[in-house]
Amino acid sequence: MNPRAAMNLHAVWAIYRMEMARAFRTVLQSIVSPVISTSLYFVVFGSAIGSRITEIDGISYGAFIVPGLIMLSLLTQSISNASFAIYFPKFVGSIYELLSAPVSYLEIVIAYVGGAATKSIILGLIILATASLFVPLTILHPFWMLAFLVLTAVTFSLFGFIIGIWAKSFEQLQLVPLLIITPLTFLGGSFYSINMLPEVWRTVTLFNPVVYLISGFRWSFYGKSDVSVGVSLGMTVVFLLVCITIVAWIFRTGYRLRN
Amino acid sequence: MRLHAPTFGLYQGTSFKQPFSSMPSILSISGVSKTYATGFTALKEVNLDIQRGEIFALLGPNGAGKTTLISIVCGIVNRSSGTVTVDGHDINKDYRAARSLIGLVPQELTIDAFESVWATVNYSRGLFGKPANPAFVEKVLRDLSLWDKKDAKAITLSGGMKRRLMIAKALSHEPRILFLDEPTAGVDVELRQDMWAMVRRLRDDGVTIILTTHYIEEAEAMADRVGVINRGEIILVENKAELMRKLGRKRLVLELRNPLTAIPEAFSHYALELSPDGGQLTYTYDNQAERPGVASLIRDLEAGGIQFRDIDTQNSSLEEIFVNLVRREP
Repeated sequence: MNPRAAMNLHAVWAIYRMEMARAFRTVLQSIVSPVISTSLYFVVFGSAIGSRITEIDGISYGAFIVPGLIMLSLLTQSISNASFAIYFPKFVGSIYELLSAPVSYLEIVIAYVGGAATKSIILGLIILATASLFVPLTILHPFWMLAFLVLTAVTFSLFGFIIGIWAKSFEQLQLVPLLIITPLTFLGGSFYSINMLPEVWRTVTLFNPVVYLISGFRWSFYGKSDVSVGVSLGMTVVFLLVCITIVAWIFRTGYRLRN
Repeated sequence: MRLHAPTFGLYQGTSFKQPFSSMPSILSISGVSKTYATGFTALKEVNLDIQRGEIFALLGPNGAGKTTLISIVCGIVNRSSGTVTVDGHDINKDYRAARSLIGLVPQELTIDAFESVWATVNYSRGLFGKPANPAFVEKVLRDLSLWDKKDAKAITLSGGMKRRLMIAKALSHEPRILFLDEPTAGVDVELRQDMWAMVRRLRDDGVTIILTTHYIEEAEAMADRVGVINRGEIILVENKAELMRKLGRKRLVLELRNPLTAIPEAFSHYALELSPDGGQLTYTYDNQAERPGVASLIRDLEAGGIQFRDIDTQNSSLEEIFVNLVRREP
């Protein structure tokens, strides 16, 4: 490497490629299992509940839950991909190589978060394709659909990266996704419109950040949303900036990376 | 054993007798201290200069600070104070240039178990900012007898092969300085010999080698200079020739038939040591000297009426010197 080069792009590419290779190596776990679980959601929620709730906001129930289902996978997979990617080298000790390499913090984040986000975006698109086999889909705002997809994947991959650095055990690694993200997603309007809730619970739900992600994403499909799209976008960007700030602090202080 | 006169490479003709004195040091550590968050002080004001092209062995007991020192130079651990420059590049301000020059083989076998040998070595090369060069990576793997295993996953390799894979990763970006942290810990004799040969080849190609070890024979066989670290302080830095002189010492231990209360005046020129119980006399001598004086000592003892029932000679090894040095520390 030219020592004066602005960026060590070889390193970014090396890490990114390694992360993508891991996904293809564990294709069953990375791709097939979310596709199967999504199909099961359609069978259980789409058929069983869908037979009682025929439509919401004029959208058939099966189609209504598609954006929520994609978000559910996108959030959990972004977090687990990124947190595992950085936690695993810490756990086995191979992190030494990353820390001793001529790579900047920015390059490390771009490579790891880029890898994790790419995987979950691919997964989101696969789930979308799977869903289209079950229900007729319309995407009114494809650009915004992709924008929400990418923004959410990047934001939650960053969040996962933070968890991976913070975690001292596999238990801690699972803690946040299991105890916080999954409940928030289920309660964030994946399977219902928050407008269907009693007023009190609707207000409570507005404190759930996932509501904004799902609402905005659903809007990009059907033009209908629980909260305004601008607020959705704003909240997503705010969370992205919070994550970037925390990552910047981690690297400045060496928190749980460099003693 | 050819240690001092490389026949090819960057430093052709360098003589050990004038050990690289005219060249600026490739690694300069000055006033480096490290206190961990727990309050444990691992390094105290360490000063060390590593000369270009030498093999430097850093000896020290477990917990002496060897790995901490290496980790600081390589950027894995933040120092509390002091400065480190690698070929003139400050390890913080100019970390890209500094780290590009360094290859590290850590003590633990820490490899991504599910990657192939080929993928993991190429990954290391990329990580250190080098463009892909399959021919070079192939050469590294062939040199380390890993070429046949290039498609094998790391998890399937034996311990010795994993160690070689760690070395291949460290060499993948053509470093000018190679750190080997306890390279032969738990390694069989054959591989140890192979590793020593490889280290010499690298040295001949101009790579500076810094190895930590607590195998004294390793330092003896490999190093141009030896440093001893204990409790976070460098307590000795010497060239090996000097150390060999110390290695050349022998001890003669005499078990006395009748304990002595003191060593008779007539034996003062032998500088004998009497055990606390008075039952054992120890004579330390230089076995490289022409007349060690053992025979005359025994004759004099008999003449003086001091009888002994057993006699034993012991080599004073570097290990003992090392242990003594370390023990002497408060």
